[in-house]
Amino acid sequence: MTLPEAIDAQPVRISRRLAQIPLLVALAFVVVGVVVLCAVLAPWIAPYDPSLQRLDVGVSPPSSDFIFGTDSLGRDILSRTINGASTALVGPMVIAAGAFAVATVFGLLAGYLGGWVDTLIMRWVDFMFGLPSTLIVIVVVGVIGGGYWVAVAVLLITFVPSDTRIVRSAVLEVRPRPYIDAARSLGISKRRILFVHILPNILPIIVAYVAIDFAFALVNLAGLSFLGLGIEPGTADWGRMLSENRNLLFGGNPHGTLVPAAAMILTAISMNLIGDWLFEKFIG
Amino acid sequence: MGNGLVRLILIRLAQAVPLLVAVSLIVFALTYLAPGDPVRTLLGAKPATPEAIAALRERYNLDDPFIEQYLKWLWQVLQADLGRSISGNRRVINIIAERLSISVFLAAMSALIVLGAGIGLGAWAALRRGRWIDRLIVTSGILGISSPPFVTGLFLLYLFGVILGWFPTFGAGDNFLDRLWHLTLPAIALAFSVMAIVMKITRAAMIEVMAKDYVTFARARGLSARRVLLQYVLRNALIPVITASGLVIVSLVAGSIYVEVTFALPGLGTLTVDAVSKRDIPLIQGTTLVFALFVVVANLLTDILYTFVDPRIRFEGVRS
Repeated sequence: MTLPEAIDAQPVRISRRLAQIPLLVALAFVVVGVVVLCAVLAPWIAPYDPSLQRLDVGVSPPSSDFIFGTDSLGRDILSRTINGASTALVGPMVIAAGAFAVATVFGLLAGYLGGWVDTLIMRWVDFMFGLPSTLIVIVVVGVIGGGYWVAVAVLLITFVPSDTRIVRSAVLEVRPRPYIDAARSLGISKRRILFVHILPNILPIIVAYVAIDFAFALVNLAGLSFLGLGIEPGTADWGRMLSENRNLLFGGNPHGTLVPAAAMILTAISMNLIGDWLFEKFIG
Repeated sequence: MGNGLVRLILIRLAQAVPLLVAVSLIVFALTYLAPGDPVRTLLGAKPATPEAIAALRERYNLDDPFIEQYLKWLWQVLQADLGRSISGNRRVINIIAERLSISVFLAAMSALIVLGAGIGLGAWAALRRGRWIDRLIVTSGILGISSPPFVTGLFLLYLFGVILGWFPTFGAGDNFLDRLWHLTLPAIALAFSVMAIVMKITRAAMIEVMAKDYVTFARARGLSARRVLLQYVLRNALIPVITASGLVIVSLVAGSIYVEVTFALPGLGTLTVDAVSKRDIPLIQGTTLVFALFVVVANLLTDILYTFVDPRIRFEGVRS
């Protein structure tokens, strides 16, 4: 290929690859990309220090100095929203990935071994489903009172049961396939079959559900911060901002609530769309 | 038939017992989960006089082994004695009774919206499958699943309460109509995310049922479209919706806590959150038990309702 041909060919290839992604999903990836950039580059791109109090400014509506205005302590809403991206990403990522790491072990064992192991694990899963888990999370996190990571850890535990069900049913689908039989008759160890033959085949389903779980974890974690639990007061966090600035809705600066709320919903919708899309792509 | 139903109800009751025991154990253990000495936790801001400490040790049997403490506490709970709140020193059961009506009203109103709009929109989408209205409903379902009730609530509060001024932004109303008016926005906020689940399940079930042979046969027999839809399609499509009602109930109860805080409604949810922020352990234990009891009983009732709607279960006997 000559150089001019290569230059010509490239945009075509890229646009063809992009065309395979529906517009809505492409937008979702853009949103998530922007949120990740905000989380990583917050110190450089936020116009102000997120906890800088300007009591001389106080509550103010959007202006040329503060694009989305300020809260009752004179802190810049835009800077706080940009800085809030990191707690909105890290915790949910740990919850979604951590819960699936545990659930994958449980689900593989229950689905492949069957018998009493399966009964034991699934009885536990059913039991956890019967508990009003959101309520228990609120009460336990509130009473222990240990900050952001305690909230993350308690939420992680409540995500394991449903993830275990998903992994188990995926394993049950793969188990009767001929290549698993072949591997077994070759005398390959159970552990190797589980992690080398079965796991790679159910990984796409897990990846799709991690994205969907991420959205749920984001919303749940933000809910705890909204109730004043988990994250320390004063932190630039979307859920915290909603409760801190709730009364500014009635006058002063509604953007103090609306901007972080929009950021949260956009991120959650995007992760749900990406998850649904991955699911259909891999399975549908 | 009656015999099978009684057996089924007994088995469901037996299954609810370990759940209630677990919840009560967690609730009881809260005293010990709180950082620091349980006596200090239970004293709250009261002065730690030797008499007060001795009275607490006596009331909560703190000198007994853990299991014995739990059993004695459980016995008191079973006699509807939930103790006294730390802040205010009032009987927990009286505080809960005052707050209960708003929460029940809110939950009932949301449940009606969830069932009406959720099933209606899901069925509509299924009937217009692939058209723009279907796509609109499915996409709004993703929006519903992604927006937690407190975020939806804040947007509704701002749009309809502050900007348009159609609905009140404070209080819970005095008489029935006033309360209906005050709780409209909260109920919609609470229903919005839960509705998405019902919508999705109804749509999927309708599409599946409409492809069944008995529906084709009913059409071929010349039955009216209305009769086919109501008696054949909808009736069978609703079975998975009833199966999911446990999830719906749990989501409504959990969501009501957030919605009450969002709209500053003096219900059981705000009571719980206030109690948690004050570390008022007896009050937290009381409200948590009420919520949990409601969830378990509601699940039990839907299981029983399920057997009436789907007679196959009744005749097959008990499928775990």
